[in-house]
Amino acid sequence: MPTKMTPLAVTAHTATSALGSGLAAQLAALESARSGLRPNDISSAPLACWIGRVDGVEAVRLPASLQVWDCRNNRLAWLGLNQDGFMPKVEAARARYGAARVALLLGTSTASIGATEEAYRQLDADGGFSDDRLYPPLHAPHSLTAFVAAALQLEGPCLTVSTACSSSAKVFASAERLIRLGLADAAVVGGVDSLCDSVLFGFNALELVSHEPCRPFDAARNGISIGEAAGFALLERAAAAPDAIQLLGYGEASDAHHMSTPHPQGLGAELALDDALARAGLSAGQVDYINLHGTASQKNDEVEAALVSRAFPARTRASSTKGYTGHTLGAAGIVEATVAMQAIEHGLIPGNLGGDTPDPGCGAQFAWRSERQTVDVALSNSFGFGGNNACLAFARAGFGA
Amino acid sequence: MSGLDVWVDGVGLWSSQLADFATLREVLAGRPPQPPPRRPAAATLPANERRRAPESVLLAVEVAGQAVAMSGQDAAGVACVFASSHGDQAITDYMCATLAQVPTELSPIRFHNSVHNAAVGYWTIATGCHAPSTAIAAQRASFGAGLLEAASQVCSEQRPVLLVCSDYLGNGPLLEVTACTQPFGCALLLMPTRSPRSLARLRLTLTTTAASSTLDEPLASWRQANPSATALPLLARLAQGDGSCHIAAAAQLGLQIDMESVA
Repeated sequence: MPTKMTPLAVTAHTATSALGSGLAAQLAALESARSGLRPNDISSAPLACWIGRVDGVEAVRLPASLQVWDCRNNRLAWLGLNQDGFMPKVEAARARYGAARVALLLGTSTASIGATEEAYRQLDADGGFSDDRLYPPLHAPHSLTAFVAAALQLEGPCLTVSTACSSSAKVFASAERLIRLGLADAAVVGGVDSLCDSVLFGFNALELVSHEPCRPFDAARNGISIGEAAGFALLERAAAAPDAIQLLGYGEASDAHHMSTPHPQGLGAELALDDALARAGLSAGQVDYINLHGTASQKNDEVEAALVSRAFPARTRASSTKGYTGHTLGAAGIVEATVAMQAIEHGLIPGNLGGDTPDPGCGAQFAWRSERQTVDVALSNSFGFGGNNACLAFARAGFGA
Repeated sequence: MSGLDVWVDGVGLWSSQLADFATLREVLAGRPPQPPPRRPAAATLPANERRRAPESVLLAVEVAGQAVAMSGQDAAGVACVFASSHGDQAITDYMCATLAQVPTELSPIRFHNSVHNAAVGYWTIATGCHAPSTAIAAQRASFGAGLLEAASQVCSEQRPVLLVCSDYLGNGPLLEVTACTQPFGCALLLMPTRSPRSLARLRLTLTTTAASSTLDEPLASWRQANPSATALPLLARLAQGDGSCHIAAAAQLGLQIDMESVA
């Protein structure tokens, strides 16, 4: 087990999803149990399912200097960066530490594959990409991070993590290591995934997509609803902002079981949880809230509910918020990290939307309706294809001291 | 700037010209290499997985297996950083072409093999590895960014880490934008302290330039043909047993690598 880590301050964070642009819209939806899901109106061919689509992405215009990066994923990234005063906070960090001392680590599963799909739908007569699609960096998994590096003018360590649905949780771990080793003084972390045919028809081919709004942890759940989102956080040493929410710990582990179904006993998920608690110096009983991965797939929810039941006391509250946002895939880690931080900031346990007939495997920990209580410690679970698991631990300032 | 020290206990290498790291030594000594078979053997995978896995996975598993075998480590406990600039280009081409024509006929197997972490997923399943594993990308700096990520895990967690960087060749319309015309994969087994198997110590220092060390032919052409082959300046120094090199780690960031051979 790892030793306790020195907490980091989260000096800014933001999220944009089907719930709206920015944290206030997210909080209002969570408080009023309002789902952002709607019938699918985005795929290039009809597909009967519900999606978490972000309003207004089509109208976003990138600055002229960034126009070569134009695509839905980067428009969504730009929309997200412009919420909650996030960009000015990054500018201040860049001025304070220097552009080469601020790392940029983003998670994504789609990157701008939607732009590559579009290029394939509009091939030239000679079978190649049309001239206006020929910007090679746009057709690569790093396109999101390269775009954001240009937008934020950051010159420090920079990489894309793409481990499917755990991507934008794992970036917190990479950032902590860079700061601990003195390779960076601050890090912008986060992730963006956008709706496109690849994920809609891909998950549909795997028979994992519900025809209805997803129902995490419901006895009659029948699959996921795919969403899109952008979210970011700025991490600095705790001394830079003693009152800010802290990243107390993180855990990462592999299932070593199957490419597209979780380990039946949740082995990797539990290893990631234990690792996060050890790094945070916490016992499970100190956790007030867990934002669950809770995709509404049969297997994930069964395995995760069992893990919550055996690892946590009844006082720990747990819920999935995918009934609000849909499963935002590579952006799920950061979006749900912001939900966990909002739980601490606002004393809100979001209700597990969609779980009207709870699966009997769910214990007393589940918050089926929203609850008000002081939250000092909140976890966020993110599990991905390939058995890739991550768990993040956040706490109110001073808790881990 | 701060530096990181790591020890190299294993090296894996496979390309259309090179079957392994020993063959690179032959090439650098002026002897023409024996090209390997067309498909990487990827003997670490069980036979049924080897038949199902795409070539991008076979390539990554092949070089990973070579590096782990050389190091004598038990793969089950080794954390993994798998880097690739483009992921599986053949599957991306297949998916985009299918989605443009008959989206509802997309193959579920090829979709699940399309995730960027497919190779590290197959590897952890085949080796029973429950350690942290990740899959990263950074355009033509994927090897340098991956080396920085792997070395930071070695140094901060004091544990062995397997770094793999590989790209299979592109095809279809996508090839015009990836310009990846040859397969290339390499792997390093990195350790926090020296062991009896250690080949060299690497001292990594961040710099503010993405310039890469020059290479002689044929290595220069190989590097041009595949973004993962940006690892070649370091692999060549490791093969020759001494020296320093510089590789890109991001658009405006580089890694100065000073090597001390101990083998």
